[in-house]
Amino acid sequence: MALLTFKGGIHPDDGKRLAKDAAIVDVKPKGDLVYPLSQHIGAPASPIVAKGDRVLRGQKIAEAGGFVSAPVYASVSGTVKAIEPHFNPTGAKVNCIVVENDGEYEEVEYAPVKPLEEMTKEEILGAIGEAGVVGMGGAGFPTRVKLSPKEPEKIDYIIANCAECEPYITADYRRMMETPELLVGGMKVILSIFDHAKGIFGVEDNKPDCIEKLKELVKDEPRMEVMALKTKYPQGAERQLIYAATGRAINSTMLPADAGCVVDNVETMINVYQAVVKGMPSIERIVTVSGDAVNKPGNFRAPFGMNQMELVEAAGGFKEEPEKVISGGPMMGFAMFTLDVPVTKTSSSILSFLKDPVKGLDETACINCGRCVEACPSRIIPSRLADYAQHHNDVAFEKMNGMECVECGSCSYVCPAKRPLKQAIGSMRKIVLANRRKK
Amino acid sequence: MENKLNISSSPHIRSKVTSSNIMLMVTIALLPASAFGVYNFGVNALLMLIITTAAAVLTEYIYEKLMHKKITIGDFSAVVTGLLLGLNMPPTAPLWMGALGSVFGILIVKQLFGGLGQNFMNPALGARCFLLISFTGPMTRFIYDGETGPTPLAYIKEGSMSSINSMDMLIGRIPGTIGETSVLAIIIGAIFLILMGIIDLRIPGTYIVTFAVFVGIFGQFTAADVGLFDPHYITAQLCGGGLMLGAWFMATDYVTSPITKQGQIVFGILLGVLTGLFRLFGGSAEGVSYAIIISNLLVPHIERLTLPKPFGKGGEK
Repeated sequence: MALLTFKGGIHPDDGKRLAKDAAIVDVKPKGDLVYPLSQHIGAPASPIVAKGDRVLRGQKIAEAGGFVSAPVYASVSGTVKAIEPHFNPTGAKVNCIVVENDGEYEEVEYAPVKPLEEMTKEEILGAIGEAGVVGMGGAGFPTRVKLSPKEPEKIDYIIANCAECEPYITADYRRMMETPELLVGGMKVILSIFDHAKGIFGVEDNKPDCIEKLKELVKDEPRMEVMALKTKYPQGAERQLIYAATGRAINSTMLPADAGCVVDNVETMINVYQAVVKGMPSIERIVTVSGDAVNKPGNFRAPFGMNQMELVEAAGGFKEEPEKVISGGPMMGFAMFTLDVPVTKTSSSILSFLKDPVKGLDETACINCGRCVEACPSRIIPSRLADYAQHHNDVAFEKMNGMECVECGSCSYVCPAKRPLKQAIGSMRKIVLANRRKK
Repeated sequence: MENKLNISSSPHIRSKVTSSNIMLMVTIALLPASAFGVYNFGVNALLMLIITTAAAVLTEYIYEKLMHKKITIGDFSAVVTGLLLGLNMPPTAPLWMGALGSVFGILIVKQLFGGLGQNFMNPALGARCFLLISFTGPMTRFIYDGETGPTPLAYIKEGSMSSINSMDMLIGRIPGTIGETSVLAIIIGAIFLILMGIIDLRIPGTYIVTFAVFVGIFGQFTAADVGLFDPHYITAQLCGGGLMLGAWFMATDYVTSPITKQGQIVFGILLGVLTGLFRLFGGSAEGVSYAIIISNLLVPHIERLTLPKPFGKGGEK
């Protein structure tokens, strides 16, 4: 039963007006392209090119490093310059293939593809895996693995995550406005893997134009439905989205497939479409460049590996030097200390702000006001969990369901004492997970 | 520019609500009741409110200064405590008594237990109960229009319903403590807090309803000429004494009430029952202060029994 919303959550200023109406612009990188071998959850990809090799756009340069992994493709033509560690947007140093761009964009000839109707399920899954498609909303989980649950016949719903609930980001919005047919095409591909499933497009109701376009496109598709979900952060969080769309609730020990659901976001579904129907690998994505520090906020079709500073320059550069730059959304994204990092498969946006809104916030004592409890979509008690975390009390933390946290940050957002609740809980979760692995 | 970018953990945006502006809103919400108290009781009431507030803030400042702690008087929480205590004082009590109450509330009830957020009992009510026990005479003597006499609640207790004028009680033209008499002024402040999203109806609503039901049922056993669910009697009980001030401004104190939603309902019911018990069957006509501080002590247990079920684990979604 669709409830179209969930309990808890917050309503931050969405900031989407800055880039919402800027049509997608193609950008061509000038400098070197840097391809991290780990742009996904799972084993890093293993390079199949060496320094000095010439590569073409669309050529595979790294092979999947295991079942839960994904290959990497070059997005320009040029010469492999090095295979060496570089910073990625989250601040980690990972091994990368560096390609010197020759500026010619010579593309490989893609092998012809069979029409979708003639492909077997295995062939479809194979094409998705081979194209290196991963969850592009931020998690980076290899899509092929996600689409291969133990019991595919028990999947009832394929949910397209069209919520885009993070403030400022408009990449999925532009995708839905400009090429909704690709999204619907991606849904069709995925539905052909799951015979009993119904496709749901879950769109927040602050995007009525997208809802209308999608409804028009699916009106003759009996297996697809467009759902207008209540606008509220974190509507796009997987568990909340599944609940809003189907009324089914999952906890931290379950996978969406346990509730008969598979969730993929807009960009991912479009990449699935291109992989299966066009035979093209995953080599570029839409990135929103926004925030009050950039001259012309907009949405760009950026090749993976492109330097993020170049992308900011494509958006007119900075008005003034920003105090804060975020990769991803302001609620769950990563603050970056440098823009000298590549666009990766999970880079949905670059947000730059003249003033850091959290700088110099004075943390005061918890007054037990309960705003965090009210905001928590996981129905746990963030203020207490943060206390346990700060006292390294992992026993109480787990007992009080600390592992159910989805790290959406709603608690930190609403806290009047400005306590870093999500940070404390998130750190403790990592410690608990690490301890579990040790056992 | 490389070294200038700020790094922090997400989220990178925060709501504008801060603890100090919440406390400031509570202070503002107490102003109608304060103003009516001064209008009703005269200049001594004004002096009392000023003294208790100043003493509370000063105590907090001196303690934190001596203990080399961060000075937190800017968060307005000491102002709220001092003002609430003042509103709970009889207008004729000596001023030093109010000051002593503030020192007790801030120093013993709040700071010695760790300061803001750590006290297990409402500091203003802890202080009031301390004064009530120590100086019962001056704390329970109410002079109104130059005459010493019982409060309406005391009349009810004695069973003389005939002398009760509900309209006077609603407006507040009755003897009592400085801030408790005007139901109207208190409700204006409470509506302001509800509209600002600072309090909700869970605690005060369940408190008042439970109390009304309790006195509606048991009132007939303690007062003559009172029937089952006697509207005149219930109205007088609701408007009399510290019920309204307590329900809207002290039972709703974040620090000393449950953080869980269900717990707040349990807390409200407990308050209603205890207040009813104390008022109808206790030695005094009043019961709100003791009901609240006793319920405050039970908050950790109430919370433990009312923990919400996490999302996806069979609870509220």
